[in-house]
Amino acid sequence: MRTLTYRDALREAIREEMLRDERVFIMGEDIAGYGGTYAVSKGLFEEFGEKRVRDTPLAEEVITGAAIGAALGGLRPILELMTINFSLLASDLIINSAAKFHYMFGGQPQIPLVIRMPGGGGAQRGAQHSQMLEAMYAHIPGLKVVTPATPYDVKGMLKSAVRDPNPVLFIEHELLYNIKGEVPDEGVEYMVPLDRGEVKREGRHVTLLTFSRMLHVTLQAAEDLAKEDIDAEVIDLRSVRPVDIDLLVDSVKKTNRVVIAEEGWKYYGTGQGLAALIYEFAFDYLDAPIQHVTGADVPMPYSKPLERLAIPNKDSIVKAAKAIVPAALVRT
Amino acid sequence: MAISNATLAGLTRTQLLEMHYMMSLLRHFEEKSAEEYTRGKIGGFMHLYNGQEASGVGSIAALRPEDRVLSSYREHGQAIAKGMEPGAVMAELFGKTTGCSKGKGGSMHMWSNELGLFGGNAIVAAQLPIAAGVAFAAQYQGQNSVTMCFFGDGAVDEGAFHEALNLASLWKLPIVYICENNQYSMGMAVQKAWAVDSLLPRAAAYNMPGEQIDGMDVVAVYESAKRAVERARSGDGPSLLEIKTYRFRGHSMTDPTYYRTREEEQQWRNTRDPIGIFEKKLLEQGLATQPEFDENDARATQAAEDAADFAENSPDPTLEELYTDVMVDNSSALSFRYERK
Repeated sequence: MRTLTYRDALREAIREEMLRDERVFIMGEDIAGYGGTYAVSKGLFEEFGEKRVRDTPLAEEVITGAAIGAALGGLRPILELMTINFSLLASDLIINSAAKFHYMFGGQPQIPLVIRMPGGGGAQRGAQHSQMLEAMYAHIPGLKVVTPATPYDVKGMLKSAVRDPNPVLFIEHELLYNIKGEVPDEGVEYMVPLDRGEVKREGRHVTLLTFSRMLHVTLQAAEDLAKEDIDAEVIDLRSVRPVDIDLLVDSVKKTNRVVIAEEGWKYYGTGQGLAALIYEFAFDYLDAPIQHVTGADVPMPYSKPLERLAIPNKDSIVKAAKAIVPAALVRT
Repeated sequence: MAISNATLAGLTRTQLLEMHYMMSLLRHFEEKSAEEYTRGKIGGFMHLYNGQEASGVGSIAALRPEDRVLSSYREHGQAIAKGMEPGAVMAELFGKTTGCSKGKGGSMHMWSNELGLFGGNAIVAAQLPIAAGVAFAAQYQGQNSVTMCFFGDGAVDEGAFHEALNLASLWKLPIVYICENNQYSMGMAVQKAWAVDSLLPRAAAYNMPGEQIDGMDVVAVYESAKRAVERARSGDGPSLLEIKTYRFRGHSMTDPTYYRTREEEQQWRNTRDPIGIFEKKLLEQGLATQPEFDENDARATQAAEDAADFAENSPDPTLEELYTDVMVDNSSALSFRYERK
C-alpha cells in the first residue's frame, strides 16, 4: 500500500484505463494544456497526445452530446465537466438522451460514458459554484450516479465506471482532491463496484449514513461520539444510483437508529430518498425517527462564516446522533 | 418513348427508378400512417414527411451502408430511406414488439445498429451534438464512415446548433449537417425566427461550405449531398446544407395549420410536389415511362398496406418488457432490483 492523494489516485486510474484500452480517451475544457481545472489530468496530454487528451471549446452542451455520440460510435469517453454546476447546461443531453437511449430504442444502443465533475462547496466559490446536485441526476432511471470519497474508492470506481456499459455520472468534490489515503501499489489491479456502499466504521448504537466529502466529517463525528461511549457505524453510500439498500437495511437491523448526513439541501434530496427507503424496507427495525443533517436550504453564501454555517459540521452530526441514542443504551 | 442508357447526375436508370420508388413509398407510408392514426392504432405525437421526400431520399442516396444517419422526431422517411423495413417502422408506430425499437420508442424514436440509423431525437437540435460525437468516433478509429445529421429549421434557433457546428468545423469531423427547412417550426414562420434569410452566412460563420438547395428536386438534393459526403469522407470536414422544402401536412397530426393559408398549401402541393417534379424530369429526359411510375406507385401502395398488416398482426410487448433495458446490465436498475414483481 501507498499513500496517495485523491487527485493522484484518480489520475492513475484514468491513465491505467487509457493504457489498457485504446478506445478510452478524455475530453473536456482545459484538460490538456492547462492540465485540468483541478489538475486531475496533469501530464496526460504529454503522455498520450492530443488524439486522446482533447481540449474542447467552452460549450457544455456540445461536448456532452459529442461524448454521448463517441460512446455510440464505439469509444469509451471520459468527459470532464469543470464542475457539476455547469453540467446543468448539458443536463438535456444527460437526462433526455444518455439516460434514455438504451431503453427508448429497445435495448440497441449502449452508452459507455463517464462524466466526471466535482460537486459541493466549502471554498467560498459562491452560489453558482457550490452545489451538490447529485440528487437531481440520481432521480433519473438510466443513469448511474456515484460519489467516491476516498483515494482508494475513487481509483477503483473510476476503473469500474470506464468499463461500465452505461452512462456514469462520476461526482467528485472540490475539497477531496488533496485528501490522502491508502491505495494499493501501482500495477496491483483492483476495482470497486458501482453499486455497493461500504461500512467505513463498524458500530452498534447508531448508523451514520453519508456520502462524498461528508464521509470524512462523519468519521470525525463518530470519533467524538466514541469519546462519549456511543458506538457509531459509518456507512459510505459511494453510489447514489443504484443505491445499496441491502447494506442500509442490514445496518439498521443492527443499530435500530439512523442519522443521514449530507452536504446537499434537505428537501426532495438524496437524504430524504434514503429515509423513505429505510422506512419502506426497515421500518420495523427502527427505534427512533431518522435524523437528517443537511446543508442549509439556501443558495450558498460567499461570506466565510455564513458558508460555514450552511455546510454541516461534525458537531451537528454528533448532536443528531445523541438525540436518538438514549443514555441507557450507551451503558450496555 | 425511347429509354436511353443515359444517366442523370451520374445515376443510372435503375437507381433513378429506385429513388422514385422510395419517394412513392414514403408518401404512401405516411398516408397509411395518418389513416392508422385516425383509426386510433397509433398514439402520441406523429410528424409526417409528406412533401419532404426528396430531401431524405436524395441525401441518403449519397451515402454508403456503413454511413450513419441521425435525425429529429420527423424521421419515418429517413429510417425507411436508410433501409429500415416499412413493417418495422409501422410496427413501432403501433407500439408493437416487432417495431424497430421494440415498441418502446414510438414515432419519434427509430434505431438500427445494423443500418447505422442512430435515432430520432425528440428534443429539438439534440441530435446535432450527438452526431458530432458519432462522426468523431469514426475519425478517431480511422473508419471511413460519414455521419449525416438531419434537423429542421427550428433547430437552427437552438444553441446546440451553433456549438455543434463550431466543434465539427474545429475538429474537421466527417459529417454533413442537413437543415430541412420546411418553412415552419411548428407554426412559427422561418422568416419570423431567423435574423438572416438563409443558412449560408451561418455556414460561413463556422468556416464550412454551405449550400442552399431546392428540396423539391431530388436530383439537386442528391448532387449537393454527394459533394458534401465526398468532402467529409476525404477528410476535409463538415458541410451545412439548407434544403428548402415544404411539409404538405401540419407539424403533427393534431396541427390544424391556422398559421398558413389553404392557398399557400395548394400552391405547393399542385406545383411543387417533389414526386411530380421528378417524374416530369425523368419523362422529359426519356429516362422512365409513365407505366414504370404507375408500377412503382402500385408497389409502394402495397408495401404500405403490408406494413400496416404486419403491424396490426404483431404482438404487443409482454408486460415484463416494462422493466427490461433500463440499464445494459439490467440488474443494476433499481426497478429491477426492488420493484419488479
